[in-house]
Amino acid sequence: MSSPEVPTRGPARPLPYVISGILLVIAIVVPLIVPIYARSEPTLAGIPFFYWYQMLWVLIDAGLLWICYGLISREDRRRRAAVRGPEVDE
Amino acid sequence: MIAAAASGARPVNGVALTVVIIIFVIVAIMGFVAARWRITPEERGMRTLDQWGLGGRGFGSWITWFLLGGDLYTAYTFIAVPAAMWSTGAVSGFFAVPYTVILYPIVFLLMARLWSVSHRHGYVTPADFVGGRYGSKTLSTAIAVTGIVATMPYIALQLVGIKAVLTVLGLGSGANVFTQDLPLIIAFVVLAAYTYTAGLRAPAAIAVVKDLLIYIAVIVAIIWLPTQFGGWDGIFKAATTKMTATNPATNLPVGSVIPGAASFNAYWTLALGSAMALFMYPHSVTGVLSTKSRNTIRRNAVVLPIYSLMLGFLALLGYVAIKAGTKPIGFDGVVNPQLVVPQLFIDNFPSWFAGVALAAIAVGALVPAAIMSIAASNLFTRNIYRDLFKPNATEGDQAKVSKFVSLVVKFGALLFVILMDQSAAINMQLLGGVWILQTFPAIVAGLYTRWFHRWALLIGWAAGILYGTVAAYNVVNPVTHAHFGGSIAPIPFTNVPVYIAVTAFVINALVSIILTVIFRAAKVPDGWDRTTHSDYGADEGDPRVVEVLEPYEPTLDR
Repeated sequence: MSSPEVPTRGPARPLPYVISGILLVIAIVVPLIVPIYARSEPTLAGIPFFYWYQMLWVLIDAGLLWICYGLISREDRRRRAAVRGPEVDE
Repeated sequence: MIAAAASGARPVNGVALTVVIIIFVIVAIMGFVAARWRITPEERGMRTLDQWGLGGRGFGSWITWFLLGGDLYTAYTFIAVPAAMWSTGAVSGFFAVPYTVILYPIVFLLMARLWSVSHRHGYVTPADFVGGRYGSKTLSTAIAVTGIVATMPYIALQLVGIKAVLTVLGLGSGANVFTQDLPLIIAFVVLAAYTYTAGLRAPAAIAVVKDLLIYIAVIVAIIWLPTQFGGWDGIFKAATTKMTATNPATNLPVGSVIPGAASFNAYWTLALGSAMALFMYPHSVTGVLSTKSRNTIRRNAVVLPIYSLMLGFLALLGYVAIKAGTKPIGFDGVVNPQLVVPQLFIDNFPSWFAGVALAAIAVGALVPAAIMSIAASNLFTRNIYRDLFKPNATEGDQAKVSKFVSLVVKFGALLFVILMDQSAAINMQLLGGVWILQTFPAIVAGLYTRWFHRWALLIGWAAGILYGTVAAYNVVNPVTHAHFGGSIAPIPFTNVPVYIAVTAFVINALVSIILTVIFRAAKVPDGWDRTTHSDYGADEGDPRVVEVLEPYEPTLDR
């Protein structure tokens, strides 16, 4: 039986986690600040600001998460390599 | 087929119906064939819960994208969100967009850890994790029962979605209950059969077809329809005219295109509460745990928002229908907003294309219904049948029980929709959303810390459910005077209207924190944590912890 106490990852460097944490907070909090976007001007192709701004945040959030994914998965690979030895990424 | 009768009569649209039937048959064949998809010959027959209920825990990024897309953006969403936009405008409908935007940072944050610990310990359900983490069978049973109870009406609502499509096609106006619902019954029996045979692989395979169809339908509609009805300018003008008119029953405006300051809090709490709740639903967790590696779900959090964009456009079709003068009238001659989107397609597109769009919605109901029934039966099998009655149940026993229960669950949902009023299912779903959020503290806090005491979490859960249920009951519809009239109520002792689930969650969290401090001070015995720190970062290649069955019983609630 495997021993559960064997660490699966090496120690973390805080920086990638701190940056990702800030980006995630932005991605969650900003789309919820309704007073920013509860207005109809400026319209985009006839669509009021309220609607296109919120849909724009779909793309912004995807972008922020893409950055977080890059940061976290690189750090994750480094931490794993620290206990497993280097491995080939898929 | 069944002829339309009396008022609200509508002819059967032969071409559209034929297209829907053809797509339905193709999907059914795919569902059965999926039993042999990505599985080694030795493992055929789905003899373990990992195989049947989690698709062998091997879905990569692409399949997961389709599976979760089909799982989270259900047919009911496609029907209900535009319906809400059509009826009362932004507050009750468009919040779905910020909801499905902030959903993904939350998923990114939480779900990789849940995947890791579940991978190490072979957890199949969220209640498995809670049981292992807190060493409390009472708490894990509470989580499991909440999950099952919240999922059942959700499955029933998928049937409501199919029913809307069938109504617009002209089916279902028969004289008695049985012939009226015959198409629905056939659809569900076939669904039950291939889910039984192929497990989670069936909805995963079907989701690919369904998503492609729905993308085609929405993209075509969003480009073509505005050109037919004078552009977005005219569409929003028509919507504004409808929403600012006075509703004679309440003497208030019908709704709002841009929410006023009074509804800001309702808007953001609806988005936040719904986003926090969605991945507490067992069917979402099933989707996450079926993935191959820790990072599959994170990669998906980056690309799943494409569905949210589509949902936003779909919501706007509610306004397009206002401009187009769509008349969503059911067989009983009464206006039913849920018919808006299917009716819009059938009125404004050639029958064959309307058929494709309607089939996409109907198949879109089958995918989540299958996953939800699998998730609910996994909860029953693991956390009620095994934990409470048969602690020595083998993997094979569990798979057998789960398959059988999935049939019971679907049959129950079918009876619910056929025998009871639709509003019963909608009310239950509203309550389900409030209840499922009450499992958040136990599950999510558990992913990061073991600070909370098991009894504090249990009492917090009970307090949240109690408040949420009472508050939802007390919301009275101003027109019909029925209870469960909505999901918004003032925070107690204030007049700030917010989403009930969020208030209940805050109460739940406060009770859990305060009681944890008290129980720790009083040295009330806590359960044994079966997980270790390193479990939460484990990935694909890491070995599983071999389950030692023997000490399982004594470590649970003494």
